[in-house]
Amino acid sequence: MSEPLASRGTRTVTLSVNGRDQEARNVIPGTPLLWVLRDGMGLPGTKYGCGLGLCGACTVHLDGEPVRSCQVPVEEAEGRRITTIEGLAGADGTLHPLQEAWVAADVPQCGYCQAGQIMSAAALLARTPAPTDANIDAAMAGNLCRCGTYVRIRAAIKSAASRL
Amino acid sequence: MTQAQFPAAGAAQDALSRRSFLSRVALAGGGLALAIHLPAPRASAAEPFAPNVFLQIDPSGAVTILSKNPEIGQGVKTSMPMIIAEELDADWARVAVVQAPIDEKAFGRQFAGGSTAIPMNWDRLRRAGAAGRAMLVAAAARQWSVAPGACRTEKGEVVHPDGRTRLGYGALAEAASREEVPDPATLTLKARADWRLLGQRIGGVDNPAIVTGEPLFGIDQQPDGLVYAVYARCPATGGRVRSANLDAVKAEPGVLDAFVIEPVGGANVLRGGVAIVASSTFAAIAAKRRLTVDWDESEASTDDSEDFDRLMGAALDGGPGAETVADQGDVEAAFQGAAKTVSARYDYPFLAHAPLEPMNCTAHFADGRLTLWAPTQTPGSAITQAAEVTGLDAGAITLHQTRVGGGFGRRLMNDYVSEAAAIAMKVSAPVKLQWTREDDTAHDFYRVAGRHGLEAALDAEGRVIGWRDHFVSFTHDGKGPVIGGETRRGTFPEGLVPNYRVTQTLLPLRTPTGWWRAPASNALAFAVQGFVHELAVAAGRDHLELLLELCGEPRWLAEGNPNALHTGRARAVISLAAEKAGWGRSLPAGRGLGLAFYFSHAGHVAEVAEVSLEGNRLTVHKVTVAADVGPVVNLSGAENQVQGSVIDGLSAMAAQEITLRKGRVRETNFHQYPILRIGAAPEVEVHFIESDFAPTGLGEPALPPLAPAVANAIFAASGIRIRELPLRKAGLQL
Repeated sequence: MSEPLASRGTRTVTLSVNGRDQEARNVIPGTPLLWVLRDGMGLPGTKYGCGLGLCGACTVHLDGEPVRSCQVPVEEAEGRRITTIEGLAGADGTLHPLQEAWVAADVPQCGYCQAGQIMSAAALLARTPAPTDANIDAAMAGNLCRCGTYVRIRAAIKSAASRL
Repeated sequence: MTQAQFPAAGAAQDALSRRSFLSRVALAGGGLALAIHLPAPRASAAEPFAPNVFLQIDPSGAVTILSKNPEIGQGVKTSMPMIIAEELDADWARVAVVQAPIDEKAFGRQFAGGSTAIPMNWDRLRRAGAAGRAMLVAAAARQWSVAPGACRTEKGEVVHPDGRTRLGYGALAEAASREEVPDPATLTLKARADWRLLGQRIGGVDNPAIVTGEPLFGIDQQPDGLVYAVYARCPATGGRVRSANLDAVKAEPGVLDAFVIEPVGGANVLRGGVAIVASSTFAAIAAKRRLTVDWDESEASTDDSEDFDRLMGAALDGGPGAETVADQGDVEAAFQGAAKTVSARYDYPFLAHAPLEPMNCTAHFADGRLTLWAPTQTPGSAITQAAEVTGLDAGAITLHQTRVGGGFGRRLMNDYVSEAAAIAMKVSAPVKLQWTREDDTAHDFYRVAGRHGLEAALDAEGRVIGWRDHFVSFTHDGKGPVIGGETRRGTFPEGLVPNYRVTQTLLPLRTPTGWWRAPASNALAFAVQGFVHELAVAAGRDHLELLLELCGEPRWLAEGNPNALHTGRARAVISLAAEKAGWGRSLPAGRGLGLAFYFSHAGHVAEVAEVSLEGNRLTVHKVTVAADVGPVVNLSGAENQVQGSVIDGLSAMAAQEITLRKGRVRETNFHQYPILRIGAAPEVEVHFIESDFAPTGLGEPALPPLAPAVANAIFAASGIRIRELPLRKAGLQL
């Protein structure tokens, strides 16, 4: 397997992720941002669940807005500010209040959806620092949890909001 | 009833292996390390004993505990080490948990299934911790020249009889490692009153890594030089590749190779198909869209849901099933002498597991060895199967156990590991096989559909005196029922109704089936506990009262079997759930309470659902749960399992159904196979009766009662009787 074969029809992409420029090789046109982050940039915290924008496991922030990265062609993400779960904590490693609340409330079961849940919740709190139950249900409606941790997700969001 | 009357699974092996239960392990840099030896449950006496748990205390006082079983979200990576830490009297804040390697000769069986981790390992893990504690105490007592029995321990320290002088476990570790290894039979285990850790709310040990996106899962594995694969399987089970446009696929951007793989065994081993290997996952997925395969379906499945619907109905129309699987008392006499008889048919669909992490496995074949990184519930079987598929010796295969993004029984099968292994043999780099969601939905091992023709006889006082069930299920081999399609001994109300008969009809099936959370029970509970409510309504009796009467006097239904239903435990959880939910209180029109009890996986669980209906809009406001699984190991984990089981049960009953057409699964992704969203999730109130029976598992038993509790509540709220799932068939929406 030679390098020319691997790179045929592909290009190298540079994206601004978590405050720095990162490069991914062997990207074919139209590749969803999700796969560029995971395969090309070594950032597997953003998860693949459905590929159709139905489950929210791949949620990241694009210029501060929550998006399903499986639905964003990489070309649309170039030149924009991308934040993934790996970049949610402060530069000094201080956890985001939601990350702390998630640990304190022992939210996860399998844990697979939780990065996407937290990214959606972070976007909610950035807009609505004191969300109602209805705000939470609306903002989190796009994130599936197959283990059914919704009761704790609600509690953790409220707990984090109260500490903002 | 004391715990001593109910020895945990594994106690017999412990008795056999006392002499070699524990041994010291030399630790570089000093410190205490204990290997705990136990035979694998099925090992013959001739096989050497091997360590199955490893506990290490280093001179800094840091305690490392290996967790042997797969973590699939059921919480064992936290709860099993907690049991060791409790008896060790470790400071939990100084305990690090490390996932054990897969070595079933060394560790005993390593799997996640059947809610068995706690009951199978409870006793041995306690003794592992207690042995470490005894050696640390002995070392301290020797140093202080006092009797070991006069010392006590507290949070990682041994306390001198004077009550003030203390020595930390770290400082004692090296000396402790020179102490005699105690006979486990002589160890004194803590009384429940002295537990400091067990029963507390302890957060999952991986939580900090989960919330920061660390690469814990199978799908996250990224060895150097990794390439990516997808695999195309025949949409109809049993189809084979006749030909494929491999050259065209190989010309697609980023594609490195494409080739045909021949099947080995059934769908659970290796389906035939076409592998596409590329420089990124998406390049492989995109190339698969260009793939055209001419499938040979001459021997493939033609299973069809419409045929099944007709055949199941015809089977029930034809009277009782030809095969009798349970027959007690005089059923004919009971029905002839009945003051009233009631009959109803209950029906439930095929279900997919749909764990959120789609199937995947990373494999690397180099220098005659195969390395696997696999999210699996049965890693030992995965190795055996990879050996079968590749022709390699199992000893040439190493499997790294990753965190599993949802099991629910799907990953008891290792078909995706076989595929990755077979692909890796043809690729000169590590390769990650990635299933798409559509692959996952189309090629599952489904919870089998079923239908029940239930009849009951009531006497003049409204007591249930006779019960008949004609159960229509499926068979793969023409002999026995498929996995999950069996009636089980002790299925409620067997043993509770004096005249009881179950007959069976098995329809031929090609579609693969498997174990779906609380196998068989997840469906049987809906049918029988819904029907019990119908009997209460027909008799004009209170459902709670009838259910308690059915349970009768406190007793084990199978004498001497601590894993059987105990009617006293059943009554206790039923009564508690009813009390906490305010059973009998008046509710506004359109709102109702529904009760159900079920016993599975040695767990007794009762649930009360409170629902309301506005038009066809169903709201489940709250579910109140009472459970008896013995002492609770990790209260936070236990509550999480119950909350999750309730929501999973509601998710399945609301709108999930797999349908078949010409051997193909018609549903593809979450828009057609929906998982409950947060807005529909009810409040869940959880109560445990922490009885003194040996602790049992909680991954499954809280799921089965949910569907009948909600169905019964819908009847109470609206008069609509739900006898068919999912609820969307009745036009109801959550």
